Amino acid sequence: MNEVLNFYPILIKGTITTIQLTVLGAILALVISFIVGLARISKFKSVRVIAIIYLEFFRGSSALVQMFFIYFVLPMWGIYFDALTAGVVACGLNVGAYGSEVVRGAILAVGKEQHEASQALNYSVFKKYRYVIIPQAIPIMIPTFGNLLIELLKLTAVASLITISDLTFMAQIIRVQTALTLEPFLLILVIYFVIASILVKMVDLIAKKFNKGRNIMTAGDK
Amino acid sequence: MEWNWDHAFAVLPQLADGLVVTIQATIVASLLAYVLGLGIAILKMSKSKFTRISLYWVTEFVRRTPILVQLYVVFYVLPDFGIFLEAFTCGVIVLGIHFSTYTSEVFRAGIDNVPKGQWEAAKSLNYSPVQTWKNVILPQAIPPMIPPLANYLITMFKETPLLAAITVVELFRAADQYSNSHYTYLEPMTLVGIFFLIVSIPSAMLAMKLEKKFKQAKTA
Repeated sequence: MNEVLNFYPILIKGTITTIQLTVLGAILALVISFIVGLARISKFKSVRVIAIIYLEFFRGSSALVQMFFIYFVLPMWGIYFDALTAGVVACGLNVGAYGSEVVRGAILAVGKEQHEASQALNYSVFKKYRYVIIPQAIPIMIPTFGNLLIELLKLTAVASLITISDLTFMAQIIRVQTALTLEPFLLILVIYFVIASILVKMVDLIAKKFNKGRNIMTAGDK
Repeated sequence: MEWNWDHAFAVLPQLADGLVVTIQATIVASLLAYVLGLGIAILKMSKSKFTRISLYWVTEFVRRTPILVQLYVVFYVLPDFGIFLEAFTCGVIVLGIHFSTYTSEVFRAGIDNVPKGQWEAAKSLNYSPVQTWKNVILPQAIPPMIPPLANYLITMFKETPLLAAITVVELFRAADQYSNSHYTYLEPMTLVGIFFLIVSIPSAMLAMKLEKKFKQAKTA
């Protein structure tokens, strides 16, 4: 084990890269989730169709294939990404597709009377979604987004296959250099588990914060 | 970079072979995931607090760590202990165990949904635990589980390219090998993507149909 711990500089570097991929991927996925999720409930059929094509494409094919496509095929058409960007884009686009379904489901779960109330207040469509519908939909989204965040973290390990030096990549380097197998992989499994557990706790806290002051009707029953 | 049909046709037979391996891996892994998942779900309802808590953390550990790393662990570490498995077997075992932690949640929800009265009825008929599960609980619990279990089947199908990392020549690795020897990524990678879409989109539609069917059966 000590032999493996001697490699701590590259392990720390790998951990940072993994966290970078996760955070940047999550931001991209979140933005895409909202854009595509809202596009799915658009009035215009063409917008809905484009959103469905995007969704089916990224949900239907494998994440690894998408990553290779972005990193190896797109440069042939003159679209260059460095490995890290390609990883972030692939993770974001893939998880964003799943996230868009979460956004759509949560928005549709907001009651019809809320739409009627906004209409009664003469709100524009933008104001209706901005001030009435989306704020009520967000608490519904948070638990599922939390699960997707863990899936995203796990997906970043796949990015090691397109030469990104994340934790998994570093573990491979240690394996080759020390001929040890159990220790490096067990160590990074624990690191992944710790990162994931921290993310789970963070999402729990955010969920609690958003649920505060809600359910006023049921609060009195306790 | 122009699309070259010669490459496309040359790689097709290899992709077809790869697709067969991919589908085999998906089926075996999903069977393992279903059986193990059911086992975990039943054990998680155990009376012993120790069993429940240790099982919770074990499954959370599996769920919160990447499949790819789990594949490496099994593939590289087991030989050190004198256990030599084929890459395909390793891959299927890891996929099966990983997704059993997901399917166990489906089974647990399904079992929880069986009304308490059914348990009491089984008890009043003096059924043994095996009889209770076999004749009363599972026949009622399983139908609503089928759509989510079908969805995990599709998810597992899309995770099989990871087996390429431990040298299993499935759909993705077949394309990658061709790409590396012919210096062209466009045709093989595009075709792999299309192959995945061809299988997964109709399956997803079928799963949605199943969902509708079982919903109707419940209200009827």
